[in-house]
Amino acid sequence: MSISRRQFLGGVSAAGIAALHASEGSASEDFTGNPDRYGVLVDLSLCIGCRTCEAACYEENKDRDTNRKANNERKNNLPPPEVPFDDLSVTHTKRRTSSRTFTVVNRYQAKDATGQQRDVYRKIQCFHCNEPACASACLVGAFSKTKEGAVVYNPEYCIGCRYCITACPFYIPTYEYDKAFTPRVMKCTFCSHRTSAGLPPACVEACPYGVMTFGKRKELLELANEKIVSHPDRYVHHIYGEKEVGGTSWLYLSPVPFEELGFSTNLVTFPLPELTHGALSVVPMVILLWPTVLGGLFMLNRRKEQIAEDERRAAVEAAVSKAVAETEVKGEVKLSSALKKAEKDKEQAVKKAVEEAKKAQPEVEAK
Amino acid sequence: MSQAATVTIGEPQSRLVTPFNVVAALILAIGIPVIVIRFTMGLGACTNLSDTTAWGLWIGFDVLVGVALAAGGYVTSCAVYVFGMKAYHPIVRPAVLTGFLGYTLVAIGLLFDIGRPWRLPYPFVMSQGWTSVMFEVAACVGLYLTVLFLEFLPVPFEWLRWKKLRKFFIELTIPLTILGVILSTLHQSSLGALFIITPGKLHPLWYTPYLGILFFVSSIVAGLSMVIFESGLSHRVFSSRLDPDHPVDHDALTLGLTKAAALVLYAYFGMKVMALAHGNHWDLLNTGYGAWFLVELIGFVALPCTLFARAYRQRDARLARFTAGLTAIGIVLNRLNVSIIAFNWQLPAQERYVPHWMEIAVTITLITVGVLAFRWIVERMPVLAEHSDYKAGH
Repeated sequence: MSISRRQFLGGVSAAGIAALHASEGSASEDFTGNPDRYGVLVDLSLCIGCRTCEAACYEENKDRDTNRKANNERKNNLPPPEVPFDDLSVTHTKRRTSSRTFTVVNRYQAKDATGQQRDVYRKIQCFHCNEPACASACLVGAFSKTKEGAVVYNPEYCIGCRYCITACPFYIPTYEYDKAFTPRVMKCTFCSHRTSAGLPPACVEACPYGVMTFGKRKELLELANEKIVSHPDRYVHHIYGEKEVGGTSWLYLSPVPFEELGFSTNLVTFPLPELTHGALSVVPMVILLWPTVLGGLFMLNRRKEQIAEDERRAAVEAAVSKAVAETEVKGEVKLSSALKKAEKDKEQAVKKAVEEAKKAQPEVEAK
Repeated sequence: MSQAATVTIGEPQSRLVTPFNVVAALILAIGIPVIVIRFTMGLGACTNLSDTTAWGLWIGFDVLVGVALAAGGYVTSCAVYVFGMKAYHPIVRPAVLTGFLGYTLVAIGLLFDIGRPWRLPYPFVMSQGWTSVMFEVAACVGLYLTVLFLEFLPVPFEWLRWKKLRKFFIELTIPLTILGVILSTLHQSSLGALFIITPGKLHPLWYTPYLGILFFVSSIVAGLSMVIFESGLSHRVFSSRLDPDHPVDHDALTLGLTKAAALVLYAYFGMKVMALAHGNHWDLLNTGYGAWFLVELIGFVALPCTLFARAYRQRDARLARFTAGLTAIGIVLNRLNVSIIAFNWQLPAQERYVPHWMEIAVTITLITVGVLAFRWIVERMPVLAEHSDYKAGH
């Protein structure tokens, strides 16, 4: 295993985090991607729900790693289907991607532009976003966007926090909840082993009705616009995936409104990682600012305490010396007055004794 | 130093069979086998997690609520050591202990929830996802757990009478406190910011670009409330552990915290309303979710704010403690709303997540372990009262 850019960056010290965020942020703002990356245009007006694509996906992924690298843990090892692929009744109940199936076709009933009630089948799989939320959300960088357009997953470092599943706006990634020791995130790989060689994914190649067209994304957008212009009554005038969450590799045309087919229609039109960018850019600011503010507050308080302590001490000293001085003065006054009083008391006592003696004498004499 | 103080520290209660212990044993008897099931049979065997809802009670409660309610550690140590509010020194130790135990439980809860827990160090040593809010959460929670551990170390060192080591860590108090505030600011807000990437999934009344700052400010409220609530409880349950020589006017401290809680809660209320105005989804207030949002905003933010103010003005410590409980419930509600109740709100009812009983059992087990650990430590170490050797030191 060679050292990747990410691992190299891992060695960069924490002080570099700010610079990294800045560079990744600006990369996001003027992202041109790889203009020649591939995509798939799905024309839902043509799909009859035969599940051939599901079968092809299973055949491709049952014993192969479609993420390109040879690695045992990365073999998808999809299990055989619970319901055989020729049983079409399962399309009538709502199914979603799971750790056992990367793509499913469901039937919806809705009114088209002419007001006619009809069955519309919708194939879902990973949309392979231009700027994938799952990849930006992963705390070990387990996801990557290949230059051909695939969003692929590497289970090697995955800790299983499942933030990718929470972050995905399309409810696509799934988890092997039944595994106790080697659970992985499971999702469509855009048959990365094929698309990296310019070949269409297995499902696209297998489709007998030409529902899906594989090609360069920018050309597919032109094709989609052409289709809408030449058959304005056949399609809703919207290419789903052109602008949703900043654009996706998989693009959809539909004869009925997209919300009737279970598509999320409340999505923003910019890449979701941009939302996180703002929150993360605060990090270096807090790290730099808080020590100054809190340290400053601490020092201000200590200074205030020191001043208060000094003032208190000075006040006490002043009070003590004043008290001492006062006591001395008072002491002298008291002493002299006490002496005077003692003198007076003494005189009085003597006088009294003399008088009493005088009183007593006549009585004695009388006896 | 009196005889009474030396006796109370270091000698645990001797009675083993008490109603509390029986209930705790019962909880552990159910919880521990469930944990064994989790690790031998996988998440699927004991949770209702799905490909649609990948985060349930263990993230929503054990992590989001756990981290918020453990905020008392950084709030009180910042007030006492940085802002210099020394009168509140007696509440720092129990708050730091609660914080340390709280974060330890959060880490344990995470180990239960993540698919391959033995890979927990991978984000730091193997491969870094710099663009991930989760990476920031992991880094800050990991570091802050270490900081809390270091902040708490003087307590066991006093218990063990290792004076030199104690002195070393006491001298680290200020830098550790400031580091703790930085890390708390970052991860408390990041836990909210985790959901900034999900505008289509979280109900518009709760989804706001201000999620980060709302989580941070409400964590201050949560920390204050938990300190008011928990110290009231401790003083009743562990009254024999208090220092008879230095009676603290506990109600005065409680009312001081109450004043702070009222002010911060008032700011938080204003910010919630501001975020609501910024989202401009006033029409949604007239829906079921809107009513639920108003229950949280009026019943558990505005109401406790006025009650706190009333408690402070009337010097009513009992009302303050009641309000602290109400506020803490409000924070629990907010975290569960963001992570579970208002998340994936557009999905039909049968696809929504409801926790499995085993998930609830594990959560209750974790809380029980936390309470038992708190009791074990408080009954032995100088947490609620200062150690007889170091009384002059403050």
